[in-house]
Amino acid sequence: MKFQIPIGPQHPALKEPISIRLTVEGEVIKDADLRLGYNHRGVEKLAEEKSWIQNIYLCERICGICSHSHATCFVQGAEKLLEIEPPRRGVYLRYLVSELERIHSHLLWLGVAGHEAGFDTFFMYTWRDREVVMDLLEMISGNRVHYAINTLGGVRRDIDETLRGKILEGLAVLKARSEYYFKIGAAEPTFVARLAGVGPLTKQQAMDYCAVGPMARASGIDRDVRKNDPHDFYNEVEFDVATADSCDVLGRTIVRIKELFESYKICEQILQKLPDGPIAVKAPRRAKPGEVVSRYEAPRGENIHYIVANGSDKPERLKVRAPTLANYPATIEILKHGFIADVPLIFAAIDPCICCAERSVELVDARSGEERTLRFSDLRRMANDRARSLSLQRNVAWPL
Amino acid sequence: MFERVIRWSRKKSPWILHLNSGACNACDIEVVAALTPRFDVERLGVLLKATPRHADVIVATGPVTRQLRDRIIRIYDQTPDPKFVIAVGACAMSGCVYRGAYNICGGLDQVIPVNIYIPGCPVRPDAILDGVVKLLNTL
Ligand code: SF4
Repeated sequence: MKFQIPIGPQHPALKEPISIRLTVEGEVIKDADLRLGYNHRGVEKLAEEKSWIQNIYLCERICGICSHSHATCFVQGAEKLLEIEPPRRGVYLRYLVSELERIHSHLLWLGVAGHEAGFDTFFMYTWRDREVVMDLLEMISGNRVHYAINTLGGVRRDIDETLRGKILEGLAVLKARSEYYFKIGAAEPTFVARLAGVGPLTKQQAMDYCAVGPMARASGIDRDVRKNDPHDFYNEVEFDVATADSCDVLGRTIVRIKELFESYKICEQILQKLPDGPIAVKAPRRAKPGEVVSRYEAPRGENIHYIVANGSDKPERLKVRAPTLANYPATIEILKHGFIADVPLIFAAIDPCICCAERSVELVDARSGEERTLRFSDLRRMANDRARSLSLQRNVAWPL
Repeated sequence: MFERVIRWSRKKSPWILHLNSGACNACDIEVVAALTPRFDVERLGVLLKATPRHADVIVATGPVTRQLRDRIIRIYDQTPDPKFVIAVGACAMSGCVYRGAYNICGGLDQVIPVNIYIPGCPVRPDAILDGVVKLLNTL
């Protein structure tokens, strides 16, 4: 006997509107289907009407957790098109905020994971500590969430000696707290038992379904834009790519905790090496015609912006591929053999950022002009068909 | 007398429903942050509820996307009377940066009546606290 269970778009287990349709047999999920589009606002279209500088603030508002990621990804690309080079100090400050944002995002995620696993104390703990990094971000940029620190050709605010001291202090506090979490993760048997073995995704599957970010790294793939295709800043600091090979929600937790430590390391190095000089250069208003692909490792995985310039003061096209979107196919695969009770946990483990991923899933048939919104199952089927028809290339090893 | 008891209980324990109508997530996170130890609205008797049928106050964020419009109206209808709506963030007030996008209705008050607006992009948790207290004072 098969049943269909619709979850969402407004549902207690989901913080954002998305709809999941599960086909279950008893407790076991046989099929899953995602319906997107509840949060689609039309950011990409809107970007075509705004100037380069306005678009930074629009991109920031694609998502509220990785706001700096989208803004930086856009700015990186736009700077290439505008042919300007931000000064060293500006770059350092920009990536300082990046790493602090990663810390805040991972702490937030740890809390959510604890909450979904029924460990609410952990949720309260991590969110309390998250306020420390929020304070740091507020001191640096003036706002808690949308920092608006990026500008074309650098950053908008400088830091001074006192602030530098405060950031180091804050980092020390956070480090001590994270060590505590590390121990909880390693020693709390019930918590670990709840996470271990849930939502398995083998290395092969992770590759087939193009998982990104902590999802991929927890399956033993050490793929990180900061190492593989870095902005030259990341060559100047030392850090490791955190991986785990347990391929389950536990692994994803471990990866994120390890990444916290890497981010602390990077922040400290930035503050030690912080070069002197200006923080921004003046940017021209118009960009020469051209196109650029900009990649950036957001807390959730690889973020891609594709920007086309046509010589005016506005971009002609902006395409955003957010990491969550890349992780959906893998999630469907994971959900398929899980239990209903694990759905929130599995879903939380990809750290979904639905508003990020709500880009158009609309295809226009060129001949009939007919529009159809693709259901996820169709998308997946199309992707599978495509993968099969490319059978020659299937055994190509990942060149890393 | 009975009226007074009801009013007292309403004032002392407003249960809220958090509704995301296409927000960028930042406001939602700040709403959740308002529930965590630093700000802790729970000490004012505010409790986050999962279903609209249990809630008194709808805390809504976001500029209302077309897809969600009917659902928001449905959720509003499901909430028992008396109900109050708090519009959190510049988006819920007027659409914020998304104003003019093809897929949004531009503000919560285009679809359902709103009692209190809390400005900010995103709003600070302290502002949310302040808004909740102001709402309670009007009861
Ligand atoms: S008001 Fe600002 S922070 Fe809040 S949801 Fe809208 S864009 Fe995001």
